[in-house]
Formats: sequence, structure tokens, C-alpha cells
Amino acid sequence: MTRDTPGSADLECLALCKQFDAFTAVDHVSFAVPSGSFFSILGPSGCGKTTIMRMIAGFLEPSSGDIRIKSKSVLDVPPNKRPVNMVFQHLALFPMMNIADNIGYGLRRQGMAKPEIGRKVDEALERIGLPGIGKRKVDELSGGQKQRVAIARCLVLEPDVLLLDEPLGALDLKLREHMKVELKALQAAFGTTFVYITHDQSEALVMSDQIAVMNHGRFEQVGSGRELYYRPETAFVAGFVGDSNRWKGRVTRAESGLLQITTQAGLQVTGADHGRGLATGDQAELFVRPEAIRISRQAEDLSHLENRMSGQVTTLLFNGADSRAILEPQTGGDPIEVALPQSGEYADLKRGDVLHFAWAGDQANAFAVNDQAAPSLEAQ
Amino acid sequence: MRAGNKLALILLLTPLLLWIGLLIIIPHIDMFLVSIRERVGVGKYQISLANYWTFLGEPLYLVTFARTAIMSVLATVLTLIIGFPVAFFIAKIAKGRLQSSLFLLCLVPFWVSELVRTFGWMILLRETGLISNLLQWLGLVDGPVELLYNDVAMIVGLVYTSMLFMVVPLVTTLESLDDSIIEAGYDLGGSTVSITREIIIPHAMPGIVSGSIVVFMLSLGNYLTPTMLGGKDSLWFTELIYSQFIVRFNWELGAAFGFMLLILSSAIIWLLLKLTGQTLEKTMT
Repeated sequence: MTRDTPGSADLECLALCKQFDAFTAVDHVSFAVPSGSFFSILGPSGCGKTTIMRMIAGFLEPSSGDIRIKSKSVLDVPPNKRPVNMVFQHLALFPMMNIADNIGYGLRRQGMAKPEIGRKVDEALERIGLPGIGKRKVDELSGGQKQRVAIARCLVLEPDVLLLDEPLGALDLKLREHMKVELKALQAAFGTTFVYITHDQSEALVMSDQIAVMNHGRFEQVGSGRELYYRPETAFVAGFVGDSNRWKGRVTRAESGLLQITTQAGLQVTGADHGRGLATGDQAELFVRPEAIRISRQAEDLSHLENRMSGQVTTLLFNGADSRAILEPQTGGDPIEVALPQSGEYADLKRGDVLHFAWAGDQANAFAVNDQAAPSLEAQ
Repeated sequence: MRAGNKLALILLLTPLLLWIGLLIIIPHIDMFLVSIRERVGVGKYQISLANYWTFLGEPLYLVTFARTAIMSVLATVLTLIIGFPVAFFIAKIAKGRLQSSLFLLCLVPFWVSELVRTFGWMILLRETGLISNLLQWLGLVDGPVELLYNDVAMIVGLVYTSMLFMVVPLVTTLESLDDSIIEAGYDLGGSTVSITREIIIPHAMPGIVSGSIVVFMLSLGNYLTPTMLGGKDSLWFTELIYSQFIVRFNWELGAAFGFMLLILSSAIIWLLLKLTGQTLEKTMT
């Protein structure tokens, strides 16, 4: 967990807890978001991420812990006085006002003079690339335009922190992909600190400087997208971020971080515990990403890697750039999913073909079993 | 198939057309014809506007007419002022069982007839009624006080009678307001007053207007409440119509009065729609 010195953090949460009767929605969560960065909280639905966001915005009171913005506690500050603004899941634009009045609402409430508001609103519309739409009604805009207006409505107030609650959830796939890039660009242009909540790992991975993976009210790991993807610290993170082949087994040999594991189905594999200290005899769970597995038609191409095997293609899952094949290892054991490079050489792959495959031992992440409840299939 | 559809359409529309035709259009045409005839001899009539001139020439009629309009507007405004917070509480703050039971409470008085409801107020307000006795028991007054038979009692009765018709459309429109829009208002720095003024009221406007139209029309056309709770001086226009038709047996003048009331209510509703920028279609859906 990277932590800046308290002075440079725009938003800090300290041991934040929220209890609803007997249910603990948020359990001692602490984090700091450096000024000007894009911070995401990623987790399955019901993990408590929206509760954190509503506490930061001021709509919920924490059971214990502290929220500090620019090093000042805001617990006693009502939502309409907090230097924090929120982009709601369904945007919550005011349908009874036109676009300019929507964007100018917060400025009017600050008591700014009318000509000044007009100028600021025009400037904001310019910056989101929608000049001249101020007189239009909310329902005359497309989904993507509404999105940008909702963000502009918050950013004209120059908040210290902008909260975004799954704002892309209602958009269709193409637009969502487009808005990911655009949000990142808007954040860079305004230089505002963004705190973004999502259950969609790709949104978090693409946009964020830092991601917190959340489960059952706790942060499992905080790190950059790369750290979460390559070096998950818990089995939950390994299973939730990206896809994985996962096997349960027993450690038969442990040697300077590299483990020999025999899976329940009898597969012999090596993996790394990355300092989690697994020992011979431990029950372990092993995660190998389909894209970390190298495949080849010739066995000798893979001679420099551990975990060399060969297997028969049982299923081909064509999905464009993200195509996969499921292989049945010839030595027996669990089927293995591998990613198919789309550079042409596997375009004619058929069911029943035999492929050689292998992966480096340190690409396989091993975790001691029963340290965490593993996520179910809802992980995307 | 097309012929079948047509038949079904005709069958569906028949009750509606019969209702509109028999109960609204034909009686009104007839009433209009009655209102523009003048009796010149036994069984002899001629067409004239004499009845309308009588109405315009008699100050008592005009004063009662204006009074009825103003008091109805007042009753409508009071119903709105009391009903809005009630509706907001039911629609936005109360949840689950509380919400449905509060809604039911608004409905309960309507399980008995208007007559019984009005008698209820009489029991409370009359000289020997509950409130009078309570005030005497507390030592706040020396003798029995008569709270009935004045304009205040009449307005109380009118507001009470029409409350449901204001609360129902308001609850419906307020329920359709997404909570996150109110939260967004607070989030962007709005105070409760500004959110109510700029977000909640504009959103509820169709409900406010349709509730007000119904309450206004009910008050304007009410006969029972003004007669029973209002005093001798609290004349209501419907009482004049009643006396022309039933007491004086002057159907011609009564019909003219009826038409003036129709014109009055149409004019005030038109004005209300103009002032709030609403259309009748929008408020009635």
C-alpha cells in the first residue's frame, strides 16, 4: 500500500467503519488519496464501496473513524458544505432545468454573480466539448453527453475531491469504452482528485492511478493496476482482477519461494508464493492467468519455461482479441484455459489438435487456502 | 378482424359517449336554453338575457359570487400548504408500513358520507361541543363559545373535505422524484429551502396544479359544508342556485347562476394553468 505523507493527500479515511444494525458494511478501512490522482475502489456488489462513498459525500455518518479532506476532518460538515462533489450512478441531472442551469446550480448556491456564472458555465461546456448546448433540456442529450454534463456540473465548483459512483454503468458497451478514455482525459485536464467506484475491473484498470480492491467491507489490496494484476496479495484479488485458471492442491516441495504443488486432480505444477511463506504440506490455491501461458506447436520452443505440458484442444472460445482455448492435459488432470494470440498462427486451430504449453513458475500465484473466502463467479 | 376491432371499439366507447352525452352535454344544453328564456306570460316564453341582467344587477348575487370564488381559492391554497408537507412525508420520508398506513389515514374519513364528516365538525365546534367544553374546563373562557357558523369553520370544513384530493396527486408526483436528485441538490451546495424551491416544487408542479384544480372545483361546487358550517352571513353561491331552483322555483335564474359558476370555474382554472405554465393534458396524466 503506497501512502503519501498526510499533507499531500486530498482525501484520507482513517479506520472508517459503518455498521447497519448487526451488519458491518465497512470495516476499518484506511486509505489516502494523493492530490490530483485517480483512485478507484473496485469490488463486487454489496462489498461496501457505495457506503464508503456516501460517507465521504456526507449522506451517511460513519460509525467510527475519521474522514479528512485536505487534512481537515469533515465529519461535522453537512453534505452541502463539504468540498466534495458526487457524480451519481444515474447522474441525477435536474430535469426541470436546462443544461446551463444544471451546471450553474452550485455556483448560484454559492451566491456568485449572474454574469460570472454564465461565463463559468460556458467555459465548462467548452471544456467538456459541448459548447452552445446550455439552452437545451436534459432529455435532449445522449447518454454520453449527459455524463459529461454531470461531471461538468461538479467540476465548475472546483471540489477538492470528485466522487463517481459507477457512472458508466448505464451506458452501452461501445460508449462505455469511449467514456473510459474521456474520463481519464477530463481528470487530467481539470487536475481534480477523482475517487471512482466500480464493480467493473476494466474501468478501474484503465483509468486509475491507484485501485483498492474491496471485499466484505475491507480493502484486500491497494495498488496500481499492474500490481493488482501481476502481484495479487490475496486469493480474492487474484480471482477478482482478471481471469485465472485456479487449482487447489498440496505443497509437495517449497524452495526459496518456488513451490511444487500437486493439484487435487493430480497435476504437477510449480508456482510462487511471493513471500507468503507456504511450506511443504500446506493446502494451497494456485492461480495462473490464461494469458500467462505460452503455447506452441513445437515442444522445444518452450524449453526455457517450467510447467511444460501438452494437451488436446477440447473447446475453442473465439472472442476476437480475447479468444481462448480449453486444453485437456495429456498427463490427466484439470482442463486448462489458455489465451490464443491473434497474430495468425493459431487461426486454423481445431478441436482435437495437440498443443504444447508452459508457464514460468513465478507467473503462478500460490496462496494458502482458507486465508480468504474466494470470490464466486460474479467476478468478471 | 378489422370489423371485429371496430365493433370492440364502439362497444368500449359506448358507455363513455352515453355518459358524456346524457349526463353532461344534453343537460348543459338544456340548462343553457332555460337560462336564456324569459317568462312573459302564463306558459309564454321569449329568448332574452334578462336572467343574466338580473344576476349582474343585484349586489347580493355579485357579492356572493365573488365571495365564493375568493373563499374557494383560499381553501385551495390552504389545502395545498397543509397537504404538501404531508404528501412529502408520505412519499419521501415514510417507508414501508408507515407509508401505507399514513396513506390509509388520509382515506379513512372518506369511508363515511360527507354529511357525517361535517356533523363531526359540528360536534367539535358547536357551543356545547368538545372544544368549547375543553376551553371552559381549562378556565380559558367564562362561558360557552360558539365556534360554528362563521367563515373560519366553513374553511376548516372545506379544507378537511378536500385534503385527500390534494394529497393523492402530490404523493404520486413526489414519488416519481428520484431521491438521488434531491441528494445531488444537497451535494452541490443547495439548502433545504433552495432545493424545495428549485427542484421539488418544479417537479411536483403537475401534481400541485391537478390537485388544486380538483380541490378548487370541489370547494366551488360544495353545498353541504358551507350550508352546515357557515353561518347566515356565510352565503355560498350554490345555496343561491338551490334556492332559485327549489325554493323560488325560478329555474330560469337558477340556470343562469349555474352557467355563471361554470364560467367562473373555467376562467380560474385557465388562469391557474397560464400562471404555472402547465397544460391540462400534462396535469391530468
